[in-house]
Amino acid sequence: MEKKATRESYGEALVMLAEKRNDLVVLDADLAAATKTGIFKKAYPDRFFDCGIAEANMMGVAAGVASTGKLVFASTFAMFAAGRAYEIIRNSIGYPHLNVKIGATHAGISVGEDGATHQCNEDIALMRTIPGMTVINPADDVEAKAAVLAMADYVGPTYMRFGRLAAPIFNDKDTYKFELGKGVQLRDGDDITIVATGLMVAQALEAADALKGQSINARVINIHTIKPIDKDIIIKAAKETGKIVTVEEHSIIGGLGSAVCDVLCENYPVPVTKIGVMDTFGHSGPAAALLEEFGLCADNIANTVKKVLGK
Amino acid sequence: MDATLKKQLEITATKVRMGVIEGVYNAKSGHPGGSLSVADVLTYLYFAKMNVDPKNPQMPERDRLVLSKGHTAPALYSVLANRGFFPVDDLKTLRHIGSKLQGHPVMNKVPGVDMSTGSLGQGISAACGMALSGKLSNEFYKVYAVLGDGEIEEGQVWEAAMFAAHYQLDNLVAVVDNNGLQIDGRISDVMSPYPIDEKFKAFGWHVISIDAHDFDAIEKAFNEAEKISGKPTVIIQRSIKGKGVSFMEDQVSWHGTAPNEEQYNQAMTELKAHLAELEK
Repeated sequence: MEKKATRESYGEALVMLAEKRNDLVVLDADLAAATKTGIFKKAYPDRFFDCGIAEANMMGVAAGVASTGKLVFASTFAMFAAGRAYEIIRNSIGYPHLNVKIGATHAGISVGEDGATHQCNEDIALMRTIPGMTVINPADDVEAKAAVLAMADYVGPTYMRFGRLAAPIFNDKDTYKFELGKGVQLRDGDDITIVATGLMVAQALEAADALKGQSINARVINIHTIKPIDKDIIIKAAKETGKIVTVEEHSIIGGLGSAVCDVLCENYPVPVTKIGVMDTFGHSGPAAALLEEFGLCADNIANTVKKVLGK
Repeated sequence: MDATLKKQLEITATKVRMGVIEGVYNAKSGHPGGSLSVADVLTYLYFAKMNVDPKNPQMPERDRLVLSKGHTAPALYSVLANRGFFPVDDLKTLRHIGSKLQGHPVMNKVPGVDMSTGSLGQGISAACGMALSGKLSNEFYKVYAVLGDGEIEEGQVWEAAMFAAHYQLDNLVAVVDNNGLQIDGRISDVMSPYPIDEKFKAFGWHVISIDAHDFDAIEKAFNEAEKISGKPTVIIQRSIKGKGVSFMEDQVSWHGTAPNEEQYNQAMTELKAHLAELEK
């Protein structure tokens, strides 16, 4: 299967967007080569502004640009967007509900060799606590591009999470349609539901396909919009399959797993097993090896499902 | 400055100060000291300088002001009310449940407020964004950012200072309200930001130092800023915290304390007497 990092999709989508939005402004904090806003910078140098290594100011500048009515994307690594600039995002962007799109790349453990200081496993948790903040975590190239283009038409603060590692492209670019706030059921099944997001969706699909051979029918749901989350698809899955496993390249505290539990505990409580980074920091290593070590892979998902089902 | 205009501004600034006291007294909380020290410069900007229309507060070509020292909202609210953006009587609802006049300014609730602020060090960045946006689409509006001297202890201010100079934002004018006091004491004792002028110079800004309570100097400074091209300007105004109310002047204790009834009466008596003197 063809692969591409969603950060690459992000950079390319910005160029596609600029063709139809002449009010588009892109900001970066000295990471354009890595976040791939460099692709935009090359195509539209007059609408790209490097803010230097100063993420707090960049988020404030983005707020100011947005207040004048222009469409602005602000990019850096997830760690420095959601982490370092959290309070600026909350107070200067979230509170006045300004139309700033935060393009955060290098999310999760798959940052790899740079190690724990750069592996942000907390961004979804941080961003989803901000009132009115939309949180998007696309799963592949097709979804990432469609999400960028769709969110440009949505007015309001949005956090978009992209990865460093090349991810399998499983969506069909000709038929895919991004619907804000809608989960996507990718596999049908009645035994259990795997709810996944971002890079983990492809792993969940691989796990479900492997389980099928062992006569376990796992439903797979892709949650690209973590906030506002698709309550209906989650409650329906709980009613129909009775058991849920969540998978995310993020801390098990406050991310997708927590968001799913928030929905279920108030609506239709069923057992939920969370796969994610288990309240620990990451460390240096090749991304693929780290994902395996931290259980963020098809094998561990399949084994966890079997354990939950007592098989 | 034209003598009639100066007199008018002095009268308005006194009414603005009365609005500050009115608001903070009725709120039983708030920040009178710093509100009184910026009352003159805000009065000048909204009554003699800025292109704004109280009937059309979202006018795209308007000049913008970001009160980066957002805790002095009572002064901004009082100026906006006196300028006709909303009724002066609303000032009494400051900090009340249901009031648009939140403890710190909210752009989506208060007509005339261009940016939500309150967390120190952030407003200047937003002002940079507005100025950058104006340059990008060849608009002629000006952006003013008002900062506290304690506020500039925040690192983000200097990130923004670098940004404004780097992108040659000559449509941006920052004001540093140098009243010398912050919550824990004199700024020179708590965490000295001095020399403020040399710091901004080193960051590539045009620097003007003035007396904050002299309208001639204020007008001269903003006119000078307008002539500077290729770099942002900062006006460092030496001010008196609590200016206009004798017992509040240069007293750190009036940073964030509301007057009781007796103190309220005394403050209003002083301001009314000053107003009567000016209107004679």
